[in-house]
Amino acid sequence: MNPASLQQLIDFSYIAAVIGFILALKWLNSPVSAMRGVLIGEIASAVAVVATLFDPQVTHYKWIIVALIIGAGVGVPLGMVKMTAVPQRTALSHAFGAMSAALIGVAEYFVGTPHISKFQMGEIGLEVVIGSLTFTGSIIAAGKLQEILPQRPITYRGQNIVSLSTLGVAVALIGILVFHPGYTHLFEAMVFVALIFGIMLVTPIGGADMPTVISLLNSYAGFSAALLGFVLNSKVLVVAGALDGASGFILSVIMCKAMNRSFTNVLFGAFGQVQVSTAKGTEERTVRSASAEDAAGILGSANKVIIAPGYGMAVAQAQHKVRELFDALTKRGVDVKFAIHPVAGRMPGHMNVLLAEADIPYDKLVEMDEINGDFPQTDVALIIGANDVTNPAAREDKGSPIYGMPILDVDKARTVMVIKRSMATGFAGIDNPLYYMDKTLMLFGDAKNFVGSIVRELSGGHG
Amino acid sequence: MPADFISSLFVFILAAFLGIELIKRVSPLLHTPLMSLTNALDAIVVVAAIIIAGRHESRFSTILGLVAVAASFSNMVGGFVITDRMLHMFKTAKAKKP
Repeated sequence: MNPASLQQLIDFSYIAAVIGFILALKWLNSPVSAMRGVLIGEIASAVAVVATLFDPQVTHYKWIIVALIIGAGVGVPLGMVKMTAVPQRTALSHAFGAMSAALIGVAEYFVGTPHISKFQMGEIGLEVVIGSLTFTGSIIAAGKLQEILPQRPITYRGQNIVSLSTLGVAVALIGILVFHPGYTHLFEAMVFVALIFGIMLVTPIGGADMPTVISLLNSYAGFSAALLGFVLNSKVLVVAGALDGASGFILSVIMCKAMNRSFTNVLFGAFGQVQVSTAKGTEERTVRSASAEDAAGILGSANKVIIAPGYGMAVAQAQHKVRELFDALTKRGVDVKFAIHPVAGRMPGHMNVLLAEADIPYDKLVEMDEINGDFPQTDVALIIGANDVTNPAAREDKGSPIYGMPILDVDKARTVMVIKRSMATGFAGIDNPLYYMDKTLMLFGDAKNFVGSIVRELSGGHG
Repeated sequence: MPADFISSLFVFILAAFLGIELIKRVSPLLHTPLMSLTNALDAIVVVAAIIIAGRHESRFSTILGLVAVAASFSNMVGGFVITDRMLHMFKTAKAKKP
């Protein structure tokens, strides 16, 4: 085949890949067609990779094959992690993606310098800066999620000024390089500063904000790939990067809305800092606690039960016990549903995956906005490992730091049960008035053991 | 401004808006698989890495390219594997019963 028609064939395979990518996302709109979406995405990616191997520019194969084998060898185990570890795996893959984009940008720079046009230099500079900061930022995020690094936000006085100045330095270095592309030391400095800024960007964020951060990093990783597409004039990268960037962006917006916070608020104001109102008013209020036997009695005679799970459920590894509870109650004819708050897990949609893994049918997993109207007709709302997302203060108490955050209206159910280890506060560090209501029963204990006891009581009573 | 840039910008704008419309329609149930799938699709960066490594212009650029090939290909493989695993877990009550 002559080189021109070979190049055309490669280009057509990229167009086919782009069509596949779009269909993959389109089919993800429902769990029924989603599998088909993944398949078309896999085919599209494979077509693009194979076509690229035939590119006449590629003259050395041996090491590329070795690198591909190493990549697959690393990728498969990373694809086999536990569902609770998916957030850190995702953060790590953002790091890998951003690193690849940055490395290619760096290689382009050193191959081209000093004969790089001003315009191209600006593109490469921007691309490498975003890729580098996303790389270190994602590594920090993964470390926090894996609990190697402290999860609480790490802050100090004047942090925002220091961080923004660092970013300013990186931008200034791009500016100088545009006029003097041959100053390779400045390029190296720019990469270094961007790497440092990525660390500064994520360390002050933590706790309940992780779902937003991971979505933002997703967005940055996508946009760095799109920018690389600009640098290399590769439309397939522009499209894939734009799709990925748009996805991360939308998820960030959804996460911010779910916490009633703005982007700037997440990035520049660490949560978990406001703990002023914790001390007052808690001392004389009493809570009613109940045993597993009591709880089983009430649940077993209910018609409609809604379970509101939080990440605490996953920490206690209680998902499978919760499934047993779901089965036991369903067998007795109780209508059981799950109320899913958008930030219930550690990344967007995480709670759905954790419950689906425990074999809970997905048609029983209901989003917050859809299920909130059902609580007044619900006999029992059972809260497992969730706190702030059920706090009625978000609706009623204007002085509360979480005021305005959309919550699950569990307090509107006829009876509220809360499985909780102790009276300790959630991520936001504030008290939850829900626990002091007359209709609330506190079930103190480890979520896994307590749910297990309820299941035993239910099956014991049954036969 | 180079013509390549303008055409890339056209493509970028269209793809970004298309992406926003497509992702808005994705069920919140599947937001985690969505993120791992877009990660896998984004790993198409591997094609650029293969070119950089395969052109063999300098030892330095080849090494960077090879590292990028390995890193992005691991994203591609890992992203698809985990998305597939997650989606297999989503079943309805009817489909679940043996």
